Amino acid sequence: MTPSGRAWLLLGLIGYAILPWHLADLAPLANRYPAGEAGSGLGRALFGGAWWLLPIAAGLAVATVPVVARLDRDKAAAWLVAGGGFGLALLVVQGFVIGHNGWTTAWLAAWFGAPGPRQGGLGFGAALTALALLMLLCQGLADRGWCRGDAFVVSAIGLVVALIGLFVFFPVLRILVSAFQDNAGQFSFSEFAAKVLDRSIWGLDCLTSSLRCGVAWNTLFLAVLVGVGTTALGLAFALIATRTGFRYKGALRVLTVLPIITPPFVIGLALILLFGRSGALSALLYEWFDIPRSRWIYGLPGVLIAQLLAFTPIAFLVLIGVVQGISPSLEEASQTLRASRWTTFRTVSLPLMRPGLANAFLLGFVESMADFGNPLVLGGNFEVLSTKIFFAVVGAAHDQGRAAVLSLVLLGFTLAAFWVQYAWLGKRVYTTVTGKGDSGLLLPLPRRVAWLCYATAIPWAVFTFVVYAVILVGGFVRSMGRDYTPTLEHFLTGFRIEAGRHGLFLSGSAWDSFIATLKVAAMAAPLTAVIGLLTAYLMSRQSFAGRRAFEFGTMLSFAIPGTVVGVSYILAFNVPPVEITGTAFILVMCFVFRNMPVAVRSGIATLSQIDKSLDEASLTLGARSFATVRRVILPLLRPAVVASLVYSFVRAMTAVSAVIFLVSAEYNMATTYIVGRVEAGEFGLAIAYSCVLIVVMLIAILMIQLLVGERRLGRRTAPAPVGNVAVQAAG
Amino acid sequence: MTKSPASVEFRSVTKRYGSVTAVDDISFTIEPGSLVTLLGPSGCGKTTTLRLIAGLEMASSGRILIGGKDVTRLSAAERDVSMVFQSYALFPHLSVLENVAYGPTVQGLPKHRAREMALEKLALVGLQGLERRSPSELSGGQQQRVAVARALVLEPQVLLFDEPLSNLDAKLRRRVRDDIRELQKRLNLTVAYVTHDQEEALAVSDRIIVMSDGRIAQSGTPRQLYEEPANLFVADFIGDANLVDGVVVEERGERALVRIDGITIEVPRRGAGLGPVRLAVRPTAVLLQRTGPGRQAVEGRIAKAAYLGKHAEYLVASPMGELFAIDRADGPLLEEGAPVWISLADREVAIVPSAEG
Ligand SMILES: Nc1ncnc2c1ncn2[C@@H]1O[C@H](COP(=O)(O)OP(=O)(O)O)[C@@H](O)[C@H]1O
Ligand SMILES: [Mg+2]
Repeated sequence: MTPSGRAWLLLGLIGYAILPWHLADLAPLANRYPAGEAGSGLGRALFGGAWWLLPIAAGLAVATVPVVARLDRDKAAAWLVAGGGFGLALLVVQGFVIGHNGWTTAWLAAWFGAPGPRQGGLGFGAALTALALLMLLCQGLADRGWCRGDAFVVSAIGLVVALIGLFVFFPVLRILVSAFQDNAGQFSFSEFAAKVLDRSIWGLDCLTSSLRCGVAWNTLFLAVLVGVGTTALGLAFALIATRTGFRYKGALRVLTVLPIITPPFVIGLALILLFGRSGALSALLYEWFDIPRSRWIYGLPGVLIAQLLAFTPIAFLVLIGVVQGISPSLEEASQTLRASRWTTFRTVSLPLMRPGLANAFLLGFVESMADFGNPLVLGGNFEVLSTKIFFAVVGAAHDQGRAAVLSLVLLGFTLAAFWVQYAWLGKRVYTTVTGKGDSGLLLPLPRRVAWLCYATAIPWAVFTFVVYAVILVGGFVRSMGRDYTPTLEHFLTGFRIEAGRHGLFLSGSAWDSFIATLKVAAMAAPLTAVIGLLTAYLMSRQSFAGRRAFEFGTMLSFAIPGTVVGVSYILAFNVPPVEITGTAFILVMCFVFRNMPVAVRSGIATLSQIDKSLDEASLTLGARSFATVRRVILPLLRPAVVASLVYSFVRAMTAVSAVIFLVSAEYNMATTYIVGRVEAGEFGLAIAYSCVLIVVMLIAILMIQLLVGERRLGRRTAPAPVGNVAVQAAG
Repeated sequence: MTKSPASVEFRSVTKRYGSVTAVDDISFTIEPGSLVTLLGPSGCGKTTTLRLIAGLEMASSGRILIGGKDVTRLSAAERDVSMVFQSYALFPHLSVLENVAYGPTVQGLPKHRAREMALEKLALVGLQGLERRSPSELSGGQQQRVAVARALVLEPQVLLFDEPLSNLDAKLRRRVRDDIRELQKRLNLTVAYVTHDQEEALAVSDRIIVMSDGRIAQSGTPRQLYEEPANLFVADFIGDANLVDGVVVEERGERALVRIDGITIEVPRRGAGLGPVRLAVRPTAVLLQRTGPGRQAVEGRIAKAAYLGKHAEYLVASPMGELFAIDRADGPLLEEGAPVWISLADREVAIVPSAEG
């Protein structure tokens, strides 16, 4: 047995025999250890009546055999596989069948008598034991020749598969299950059908009467509008950026970076400050033109404008690639056939852009569906699925089953969109890029198209800058729209530092959530990068059975809207065996698995540029996989490391949709705090806080770049554009 | 403290990728301190065989022994084998010195010791003074020598080369080839060498293993393969052969009298009995004469002629079929269309056993 195998065995034994098995308060330890609530697995099994924990010891014992007896490699491996596999299976099964209130399934209760044994969520001891058993199993499999006998690779696969299973598939499964359950917990298809086809979801009353339409139609309608709008605007910007002599292209670039570091609802907030009843522009309109102040911004118009502002840059990033990718020689060919510029544009350029346009549309569509912050802030009576799900969980009804059903509908929409994109567009997107060095010149736009582009894009760009100006100014004046006296009051409310008796202390109201956010983001970012890049390494460098499912799992978590993730995490992790709601851990895990696909994609993209024989050369020089990863792959992977750290840090700072379900009093996040301020009408504080977040993120991005550093490649360098990675991932 | 070279032994090794069988039940032994070439057309499984030795692929079945020790289940890092890759695979983020010192460094040797070993091997391949360069700042030939130095630095029991000359220009190839052979002899290394170029294989090897479709077609010394090809594939693959039909008319102990059309020659019998056989006739064994024969000959006509400086090549239409001939005589070039008399030398003509084909 290898030293690392022995180490895992030792850790497994510690986890089982010494550490507290279940989640429990450790405070009055004396009377609850080792056999009581805070007892170790062994203690509880022997003296605490938790007999079901005893067989796990058998697994560990079997895995110990190769240490004690001298066996040849194959036999030792077989013992490890048996012990690890058996122990792990038992651990998982007991965790799932025995819960807080006894047996978790009806037939067990019927067989063995209700209520049966009880236990809480698994704790450190159980977690460590499970990990150790898993690693022993992998070690054994590697010794039996799996993955070329590479223990590191097998262990990495085992770990990532277990994590994806636990934090992606398991929650989704829980949503499915609870959607199919009636209130008594029985499986009921008819009830599910009734819930899914409910009038409040699919009703078409708005067509025939003044009643509202179902929330699914609202969502769909909004998403289509946003998809079309962002595509049109993005195309206009892209054409201006590539095909005209427009002078302020730098400004366009800024426009593409800003939304990445802007929390999604901040735009909605700025719109309120501009167009709300007491908004700055509303005030002007009232004073100058006597246009009455109204609440028109709350509802479809507001949400639509906010989403258009938020997602146009994504369409722009997609389309600029497509427009640039059109081979100029195709257009030149058309012109040499005596087609006018307009004809060429209409018959050659535009059709070539079609796949790109469809791609941009689908991205806008999916983003709109998944968006939660803007509908929450601006929606008013206009309900969409994501907010409806939220209110089903937190509202008075507190109906998780309903939330699950709504989640399934939303998930159905987004998965369908992704499927369409994958099946239909996946093959066509790149057909405009020939891969040959084209020397032709890009054709300037026909004049009427150019005017059309300017006419849409310029007002929009001005509008965008106004919105960001509001975000900048809003934090420093007493009240936008009413009182423009400069003040630092909002910043002081949030971030006051006072000198108390025990030295400085943070008395501002925002500090708690701010620090919690920083902590969670700082933990999530490196974890995301590690797990994501490890996954990328496994997917691009190793071949193993089930790789497709593996790939699907990592991408699945990207297609699931944040609200759905939030609901699924509550359903999955509010009860044993993994009972982690209310902790920082669940927030970190949520971010890790939501943002991992970006790390995976950028990792795969970078790895595919690195010759595989570099790894192999390192292996034949006696470096094991782990050393190879550390000394050869990681240094070459720096651009991907930067991209995934930046992306996951930023997303952890700006996300609302999933975390709003998962925050607790102790771990409130900045974004949820800000949303709370908005709902309470404290716009100044909300805006000031958002500014702080944006600045913090800019600093963090710079620091990450400094820390990780550039990749040394002799002469060649490859910069990693963060924006592109984000879009790739979304695409 | 140089380690003694080790043998490599394959026992019925098979490697499958899904439904593709890349290496099909092969067995061979590479003697310690010898250079053995794996030769064969592209896709026949040479690289796979080499990677099986290195531990970069795991055998689907069979056993692999290095130095008498079973390494079938050991990973690449656990085998005392180094490889020079076709693309050299130099680490682009490390300097030349760091590249060569990589092996000792990951083995946990102290830095100065790793450096010393690296410098020693760089001197061995004649690259003193270039330690600080980045690999991208070297020429192709220099990069290749860095790759060799890096593979040698741990003094492995077995050294592997995968088509090491394929990225070099024609002039350089010959020199690097000789350098590798010289190094192998001087350091007494066990080397497995992959190539698809039969001339290269004949020039450097102690033994050659000819592969075809994942199997071993024949193995032996260059001379054996050339003079006694075991089957048509080998006869054709090594040193171009004309395959002609003949009849054994008389057995004379170890030799046999064979009639090919109107010509009768005596060749090694190689187990053939009376009756029809196929023969491999080397191009240099086809003798062409302008005038009437002094010995047995058949008549033919020059279909194509090419003058190549040191010799002339001809394609000759004859009753035996189209023959490829090389004429080293420095007489005047025979013209296309000219009639010639064809006779056969009795060396360089071999009966090809008909068991397999
Ligand atoms: N990783 C792989 N997956 C599937 N087939 C492979 C793989 N590697 C090699 N092969 C197949 O195995 C056969 C032998 O390949 P290889 O050993 O590379 O040939 P050679 O080096 O002689 O050109 C080929 O048919 C090739 O397509
Ligand atoms: Mg090859």
